[in-house]
Amino acid sequence: MSTRPETGAGSDANGADEQTDALAPVFGRRAARTFVARTEVLTNDDISRAVRRMAHEILERNHGLHHVVIVGLERGGVPIAHAIAAALNHIDPQPDDVPLGTLDASFHRDDLGGQPGSIIPAVTTMPFDVTDRHVILCDDVLFTGRTVRAALDAVTDFGRPRSIQLAVLVDRGHRELPIRPDYVGKNLPTSRSESVQATLAGVAIGEYRTTETDAP
Amino acid sequence: MKDLLTIDQLGASGIDEIMQAADAMAEVCARPVPKVPALKGRTVASMFFEDSTRTRTSFETAARRLSADVLNFSASSSSVNKGESLRDTVETIEAMGVDAIVVRHRSSGAPQQIARWAKASVINGGDGWHAHPTQSLLDVYTIREEGRRFDGLNIAIVGDISHSRVARSNVAAYRALGANVTVVAPPTLLPPHVETLGASVSHDLDAVLADTDVLYLLRMQRERMDQALVPSLGEYHRAFGLTLDRARTLPASSLIMHPGPMNRGVEISPEVIDDPRVRVLNQVTNGVIVRMAVLYLVLSSAAGGSAP
Repeated sequence: MSTRPETGAGSDANGADEQTDALAPVFGRRAARTFVARTEVLTNDDISRAVRRMAHEILERNHGLHHVVIVGLERGGVPIAHAIAAALNHIDPQPDDVPLGTLDASFHRDDLGGQPGSIIPAVTTMPFDVTDRHVILCDDVLFTGRTVRAALDAVTDFGRPRSIQLAVLVDRGHRELPIRPDYVGKNLPTSRSESVQATLAGVAIGEYRTTETDAP
Repeated sequence: MKDLLTIDQLGASGIDEIMQAADAMAEVCARPVPKVPALKGRTVASMFFEDSTRTRTSFETAARRLSADVLNFSASSSSVNKGESLRDTVETIEAMGVDAIVVRHRSSGAPQQIARWAKASVINGGDGWHAHPTQSLLDVYTIREEGRRFDGLNIAIVGDISHSRVARSNVAAYRALGANVTVVAPPTLLPPHVETLGASVSHDLDAVLADTDVLYLLRMQRERMDQALVPSLGEYHRAFGLTLDRARTLPASSLIMHPGPMNRGVEISPEVIDDPRVRVLNQVTNGVIVRMAVLYLVLSSAAGGSAP
């Protein structure tokens, strides 16, 4: 529990904060974290272009969208998945939009209660059968690879995909598991102590100022 | 929060957090493989000093769906019958290496006492006349699942309020969420200082039915009949049972709930049991879902409470 895999994934904790902000958390620890950006790496426009490029790569690799489903990893990966799905639907319009799901991999993690921010799990929505599909997992920041490891286990509980591929907005290195991305918005060399915030609005390197309050 | 002992310690925000987690658990239960490794390697002991097949199997099913190991302790087959003290029993179970203990005890306050002794998380599975928080949480989930908002909802709890931990916990939960609660019972089945519960009091079921959104029937405990609190079970049914006539008075949009096991012909007429407003089996299903949420949150916050 010494490693905080998603410390770099800003929207993770932000999403959790929004849920519990109105009321004092009882189980969820309020992570009152403010991200202080030091270096802006990508702008909103850079990200739009990167998302479009990744969408093209997904189409090329899978010979169209016929067997493709998009799955966003809670919480930071969900907006990325929406953006990639929208780009795919725009580039290759089909009668039906590309199937889109969301997955909270917390139940498959190896560090119960060890994540920053809220421990309240999000509802997974997988409104399709993954069997024989190409599942494109989408996340904001790829860091240690532990979230993706948990997500791989979670997806295979839903069926037997033809393949599972990984799309990330930022790969910041420091893998602790043999996991590599298939589609990368930006490779970003970082030191372990830095934090990365990656949303559709922008990508920045900086640090979180955390005043984490334990539930009473 | 290390332990779940009462509704009061949760408040509206704690209840809301458990409901959010329960939504996630409901999705897990609907998966092709309705099991996740969240609590792999953890051990949940169920210590039931009072018989309860439903609550125990519900907790054990919840623990197994989260991949916890389950250690089952029941007083009837244990050394409690050989005179072992509660503290020694708890320490013995804890020495086997458990992470959570679900306690059901006939004495009010026993889970609180055990929580003071134990390093493991303690979850109250019902103590005496005092509290049964997971029952109330599954009832809240069942009402919420119907899309009802608690603010201003009229809930009537009917039956033996005096001896009911379910009534006490449910009044606390519904009040915390902003509902209007009325307890309905003959004076002999109301506790002294009933006004301190925070609920309205009525002795006339027929007078409250038309304005009721949720009718919550408590089990009439046959073992209380020798205390002459009601003339007879038949008499109770005529005055406080849900008969076909009363079911017609109850609004079409209302819900009928009961913690089980139901006494047909006492709290509810056999011909009303199949009424589409009855949610008794939903309550049982939701019991597993809500107890998964409680086990997960209690063990997650215990494990991560001191993490950086």
